[in-house]
Amino acid sequence: MFKIIKRLTSVVAMFAVLFAFSTETMAAKKSKTLENTKKRGFVRCGVSQGLPGFSNADESGNWTGIDVDVCRAVAAATLGDATKVKFTPLSAKERFTALTSGEIDILSRNTTWTLSRDADIGLTFVGVNFYDGQGFMVRKGSGIASTSEFKNGTSVCTNLGTTTELNMRDFFDSRGISYEPVVFEKADEVVAAYDAGRCDTYTTDKSGLAAQRTKLSAPDDHVVLPETISKEPLGPVVRQGDSVWEDIVRWSLNTMIEAEEYGVNSSNADMMKTSNNPAIKRLVGAEGELGAAFGLDNEWNLRIIKQVGNYGESYKRNIADTGILPDRGPNELWTKGGILYVPPAR
Amino acid sequence: MNNIIKKYIPQILAILFVVLIFGFLTMNAQTNMDNRGIDFGFGFLSQESSFDVQFSLIEYSGSDSYARAFLVGLLNTLLVSFISIIICTILGVIIGVARLSSNYLIKNTAAWYVEFFRNIPLLLQIFFWYYAALRALPMPEKADAWFGVTYMTVKGYYIPAMVWENLNVFLYCGLAAIIAIIVLRNYANRLRDTQGKQIPVLLYSVSLLIILPLLSFIFGGVTLEFEIPELKKLSKISYIYEGGISLPPELIALVLALSLYTSTFVAECVRAGIEGVSKGQKEAAASVGLTPNQVLKLVIMPQALRIIIPPTTNQYLNLTKNSSLAAAIAYPDLVLVFAGTALMQTGKAIEIVSITMLTYLTISLTIAAIMNWYNKKIEIKEK
Repeated sequence: MFKIIKRLTSVVAMFAVLFAFSTETMAAKKSKTLENTKKRGFVRCGVSQGLPGFSNADESGNWTGIDVDVCRAVAAATLGDATKVKFTPLSAKERFTALTSGEIDILSRNTTWTLSRDADIGLTFVGVNFYDGQGFMVRKGSGIASTSEFKNGTSVCTNLGTTTELNMRDFFDSRGISYEPVVFEKADEVVAAYDAGRCDTYTTDKSGLAAQRTKLSAPDDHVVLPETISKEPLGPVVRQGDSVWEDIVRWSLNTMIEAEEYGVNSSNADMMKTSNNPAIKRLVGAEGELGAAFGLDNEWNLRIIKQVGNYGESYKRNIADTGILPDRGPNELWTKGGILYVPPAR
Repeated sequence: MNNIIKKYIPQILAILFVVLIFGFLTMNAQTNMDNRGIDFGFGFLSQESSFDVQFSLIEYSGSDSYARAFLVGLLNTLLVSFISIIICTILGVIIGVARLSSNYLIKNTAAWYVEFFRNIPLLLQIFFWYYAALRALPMPEKADAWFGVTYMTVKGYYIPAMVWENLNVFLYCGLAAIIAIIVLRNYANRLRDTQGKQIPVLLYSVSLLIILPLLSFIFGGVTLEFEIPELKKLSKISYIYEGGISLPPELIALVLALSLYTSTFVAECVRAGIEGVSKGQKEAAASVGLTPNQVLKLVIMPQALRIIIPPTTNQYLNLTKNSSLAAAIAYPDLVLVFAGTALMQTGKAIEIVSITMLTYLTISLTIAAIMNWYNKKIEIKEK
């Protein structure tokens, strides 16, 4: 009997070794994700189930938002066409599993960069496309003007599986206030429950509050409290283990931000090829061989700027002009008093 | 020898095949997780959960462990399943019997009830109760008192809490009453079998169940006070009830949807069971002079139960598994708390999903075991 078990384990081990060998050789050097994306003809991108300004689909199924634009930029860089993206709407709960299981290749879904997410669960954050912080929304009529006025027994609506749940606990716990968390899986359900009076306050990232407020039956009856109780750097995420793909996504985002810094936008990008600033020339592919580093041609960044635009254009189109957050706050370039600062593309 | 080989070789091969498949799947997951830098292990269960849960049967806060959060979710799942099973059984029996009534109105109302609730998807019914029905309830400050002391509001159903003193004396009295009832029943059965005398067992049982615990109040020093919920102002326009017990609207909606939906299936099982008893039995019983009530109680039901129990067990299992739809309306059950929040915060998808699956499997097998035991008890004992 013992012999049989021994033999069995060796057979199993053999299978394992075979399989491990085959995956490891494929993961080496070249980007498997890039190859598959080219073969497939579209970028697989995980987005939210509808958050105006970040990722939101209109009636005809067109996705817009600054998170959407990151995926479009990657599609422009890798496939040459910003429209070649397949968007998968995901709940907060589903998002990481969808990414680690390979259902999507980029997760661009207002996701907070934290140590445990980055290090623990097989994910890699590539950058920040929106600096946010958690806040509270209350009814105007309640007369509450500050989070210090919350009393014991306050019911709080929020989303499942987010950093919000943890921050909320830190916040109420440190102030010794007892509260009732009402946690929904979908953002629309949170909005509906808060709107119906189930909860006294609604908490999530402030940008999210501003965006979701527009979905309430009477948006003007609600107000976002001034306090920010956490740091929420939101950014795109990729699977661990494909460093080339990681670099492509990171530098697609960086290109958009750097383009704004150098004043390159979708309408003047072609003309900038003849600029006498080498940094600008590199940014539009007229100098250097930047694309070669990740197996792309040299106009990858020019295509991003031409088809998607720079970060400022994307922000204006999706967040400022829609009335969600007209003031850029920390999401302004470092040269203009914000904290957007990306490493140079060279 | 030849026979033994014929008998065992295919089985060994089958086992080998299963083991190989499982081994391969495990190794595959292991390799992929290694490649992506994901650790496998259950160590997280003892870590601090750092999230709060809306509604819990045991003491719990964010400084407790994930294992405790699991327990909170599990108890909430068991609570909602237990309440719903009881309600759906009572409703199901009533509706099932009503469907066989000779009264046209009763019969057809029951039939409509069954067809209506059985044919609408459960998730829709949950949404209906939560988003439509309960949302129409008043805000706490506008709620009228039901029975003088309970308040049904959009934030939940507030009922008085019981504050006991010497609760254990009370419970011992209750236990004594139950033991006395069992003894009494045995005695009554013996009396009937040997002397043919009948005593009103039900009446005695009910009186025992009331009188013994009552005595504990008079002589045992047991006191019971009610803590009545009181309105408290949270801000200019929002109120809440403090004190007493609050049943969240999520729990109420879930219990309503689960028990109404499942009761239709139980009703059909009951109807099938009663119709399954041959008509001759009823006629024979009536002809020996039993009253219609006795016919139902002594002749029809014991035989009908044999047909009713197995399919009803299935319905109980379905109900328990369906309770996982709770996540849709924020009721903190096992799926929401453990396979939801805990999974998200730890990223331990494989571990948590397998624990959750095993837990549901255990609950289902336990229910099945209890019902099988009951079924064994009532089945025909051939001599």
